[in-house]
Amino acid sequence: MSNVCEFNTVPDGNPQVESPMAWSYQQHPAPRANGQAGVVLREKALMGHLVLRGGAIVLDEAVRATLGMNLPAKPNALEHDDSGERSIQWLSPDEWLVIVPGGEEFKLERALREALGDAHFSIVNASGGQTVLTLSGANARDVLMKSTSYDVHPNAFPVGKGVTTVFAKATVVLRRPSEAHWELVVRRSFADYCYRWLLDASAEYGIDTQ
Amino acid sequence: MFYIFCPYCKEHREEEEFHARGQAHLMRPSDPDNTSDEEWGDYLFFRNNPRGIHHEMWVHSVGCRKFFNITRNTATYEILETYPMGEQPTITAATPDVRHEQGVQVADGGWQTVGARSENKALNEEASS
Ligand SMILES: [Zn+2]
Repeated sequence: MSNVCEFNTVPDGNPQVESPMAWSYQQHPAPRANGQAGVVLREKALMGHLVLRGGAIVLDEAVRATLGMNLPAKPNALEHDDSGERSIQWLSPDEWLVIVPGGEEFKLERALREALGDAHFSIVNASGGQTVLTLSGANARDVLMKSTSYDVHPNAFPVGKGVTTVFAKATVVLRRPSEAHWELVVRRSFADYCYRWLLDASAEYGIDTQ
Repeated sequence: MFYIFCPYCKEHREEEEFHARGQAHLMRPSDPDNTSDEEWGDYLFFRNNPRGIHHEMWVHSVGCRKFFNITRNTATYEILETYPMGEQPTITAATPDVRHEQGVQVADGGWQTVGARSENKALNEEASS
């Protein structure tokens, strides 16, 4: 076990928490979609986000032991477990983003530290710093085409791919977990900007924000 | 816009995702105590400014955030290759094809200049008189 101070960022007693989008939902209610909404925007709020850094071979063994998934070694790869609730994404040659259901992240962090022992690695809990938005609907890809310079054509962006790229004037992690869904991992400080951009970019198609 | 191949992401990305970070392959003098002021000055402040082939360090700042190297022609803006940190370029100003096609010449001491073609020589002479 490495000599690192760790603590659970979610305190006991189940206190009330707000997602980074809370303020936006209150300040900018989505315009009512007239009839069929071409874009469906949802938030996967308060998930557990861990950033793993280290050598792929060292991390792979620990990740398989604790998460039961392979560490994606291919650039820009995104892997999900069988339930689809947990994912690992390649961010750079020595960096991966793990997203798990909220509340699991601290247990996972401990298990990973246990498994990695004295290896050279780093785990950062980024749960409070970012959130996940999902886009689906007939016009989801049209909205992305207006918002990012990255090629989102299915040939260039198949299911199981994820990239860090520009989105409007911000940076997001853009990923494609399934045929019908796109995910945007946005930073807390850019969440409101990205949300309002999405409302505006989706206006012509109609947007459903629940 | 350029598409630049990131040797770590292994695909072409928009230029917007990158930043240029100056001349590549700079080496800190290995024995600072016995390095002259002039050598330190060269290391800290003086950079090549060739017309032609230049090896530059770039960073994929919106992306994998890794540094890597680019061999670029400063006259045509053509990017000839990208390669990871720690590796050496396969195309240099001394590469015969490059010399021939682009009139790039390597002067003594590794300085890269253009001067092989007569029209350039004439221009230089005109400017200095
Ligand atoms: Zn990259």
